[in-house]
Amino acid sequence: MRTQLNHEKSPSRTSGKTMFSAILLTVLIPFLILYGNWLLVDFFRDTSLNPIFLTLIAVVWGSIGFFAIYAGLNWMISSYPERLKKTIQPWVFVGPALLLLIWLLLAPAIRTLWLSFHDPQGEVLVGLENYITIFTDRSMLLSIINTLLWVLFGATSCVVLGLLVAILADRSSFERTAKAIIFMPIAISFVGAGVIWKFIYAYRPPGEEQIGLLNAIVQFFGGEPQAWTTLFQPWNTFFLIIILIWMQTGFAMVLFSAAIKGVPEEIMEAARIDGASEVRIFFSIIIPYIKNTIIAVTTTIVIFTLKIFDIVMVMTGGKYGTEVIATKFYKEYFLYHNTGTGSALAILLLIAVIPVILMNVFSVKKEEGF
Amino acid sequence: MNKKKRGKWIVNTVLFVICLIWVLPTAGLLVSSFKSAGDINESGWWKIFPHREWITQETVSLPEDTNVDEPIQIGSVILTDEELREGAVQEGGKRLIWGNRLTKEVAIQEKNWVMNLNFTADNYKFVLMGSTYEIVDENGFKKKMQGDHLFRAFLNSIAVTVPSTLIPLTVATFSAYGFAWMRFPGKRMLFFTVVGLLVIPIQVALVPIYKDFISIGINGSYLSVWLAHTAFGLPLTTYFMHNYISQIPKDIFESAFMDGASHFKIFSRLILPLSIPAIASIGIFQFIWVWNDYLISLVFLGGIPEAKVLTMKLADMIGTRGDQWHLLTSGAFISLILPLTIFFLLQRYFVKGMLGGSVKG
Repeated sequence: MRTQLNHEKSPSRTSGKTMFSAILLTVLIPFLILYGNWLLVDFFRDTSLNPIFLTLIAVVWGSIGFFAIYAGLNWMISSYPERLKKTIQPWVFVGPALLLLIWLLLAPAIRTLWLSFHDPQGEVLVGLENYITIFTDRSMLLSIINTLLWVLFGATSCVVLGLLVAILADRSSFERTAKAIIFMPIAISFVGAGVIWKFIYAYRPPGEEQIGLLNAIVQFFGGEPQAWTTLFQPWNTFFLIIILIWMQTGFAMVLFSAAIKGVPEEIMEAARIDGASEVRIFFSIIIPYIKNTIIAVTTTIVIFTLKIFDIVMVMTGGKYGTEVIATKFYKEYFLYHNTGTGSALAILLLIAVIPVILMNVFSVKKEEGF
Repeated sequence: MNKKKRGKWIVNTVLFVICLIWVLPTAGLLVSSFKSAGDINESGWWKIFPHREWITQETVSLPEDTNVDEPIQIGSVILTDEELREGAVQEGGKRLIWGNRLTKEVAIQEKNWVMNLNFTADNYKFVLMGSTYEIVDENGFKKKMQGDHLFRAFLNSIAVTVPSTLIPLTVATFSAYGFAWMRFPGKRMLFFTVVGLLVIPIQVALVPIYKDFISIGINGSYLSVWLAHTAFGLPLTTYFMHNYISQIPKDIFESAFMDGASHFKIFSRLILPLSIPAIASIGIFQFIWVWNDYLISLVFLGGIPEAKVLTMKLADMIGTRGDQWHLLTSGAFISLILPLTIFFLLQRYFVKGMLGGSVKG
């Protein structure tokens, strides 16, 4: 932004004094912004202050600091001549957002794409070799297949269960409580949920007192306790998927619930008078009516599930045949330093996400055409 | 009418069962976090509900020289050592079992209704402040153990989350205003690009960002995590705030412009206060998202032990304290308490943020 301003230095007739202050501010403010933040980073690295104070300083720095940047830039351009000010002002508002997005999203995506065609050192072009590896190597293939399982079973269950609960809640006598309960896990971190479900799945040898709820129930009915998430292969992935279902069904339910409330009561009443059963009403009226919401919810959960990382990482670390693309990517990159295959896996995720989002946008567009 | 009533009854029952399944995992965590290490390891947390259990009525001391390798006479019955270990149920519902095999004490037990209601807040002390504690293992030995410092991690989580919520909101609100109410070349195209960046998964951008942060020397600082969260949150928050700000009636601006107010003044005096409900909605969303994030913190703060946030600490504990459930459960609950409180207090805003953020997106 600074260089751009220097090029456009106004030719209009401003007094020397304002000209001087404009140049001074143009140099000074960006410098202060960078220097101030750099000082703070340094301070935090070396400090041994009480953590409570540090947290306070960090919160103030983070919250006021960024607003101050905008205020400073605005002050800077307010000293400019009128015409220049008008041209630059919009960029003060949208510029920081664009810079951040280009630096931290767009450019990295392009660089990852570039890396995915190169060797681990990022020097030699290897063409499609990394992509061939991720589709032929057994452990890579396993992670891709597992991710598909997650999407297929996890996302579908969330949508179906969410719809079911939304319909039931709508007709029940305790709608608000029920919805709050089903929705609550969305506020829980995957790591926290990992602890919760590890405890549910806790395993002890047969005959001992079980402290995991699931094994206690199994043993009570005369079954044999299992190590559900580890040795119980190949079904262990499904016991991890259950955690996702527990967490995301509430999301689907809330959106469906809002959509169902929008179905006109008269249409359903008319159908009832004509003798349609509730099941018929559900499939012939409600479902078509909320079709777009169903698509939106499904795509959101599918995208979310494609990127699933925390549950697997916390529950099994990707061992026992539970690896998914995101955990494999993490290991390839940060543990084995295979930047090429790691990048290829990340690009695979990106490619998988795009059609899902397009489908979403497309369906919404079509709706507007009506 | 009767049929309708029965239908409602079925709906209520099914929904109740589903709700029960949904709430049990969290309930189990909460209950267990208040039980002592010994209690958790001995029996399931659900034993807080009334259930029948063998309760010792009296103990009988056998002579010191009793040989446990031969059948043992207790009162009128003769039992083997094996049977006494397992517990032998007698006529009349009494059970004989070793009370203490070393001192040759036999317990006479009866089945009674009981509830295990021994609660303690000690777990939280161990796990928050890192104080030491003792546990008695299965052989009767006392072991001294070191707790965890989750309080520090809690502070770190706050230092990461509050700015990581406010910064993207600030940046997004400014840019949303710019996109909605200012004129500049390429506006539409740029806006679509910003929203289009929603498709980029975190994983794709993570590594180049990581390298950049190392080369400019901010890796491992709070700033690095804030910036990363800001970038990942920006497309959605910008889109959401744009939806809201672009619908503010035009006359509000016009009268302000007449009075000679600048864009910056209109923004900070007028638009910002007007946008508070929308900011709250998407802000809660972002807050909970950042608080619960594991991957981004792991990558950018992973190398610095004292900067670890709650999710990282908890994940570490799962690895190192695999079966110390009294610490894991209380640790997990500490990480849940803030998002859950926000969730229940501000549920309406949260739902609004979600409806706006995903159905349209």
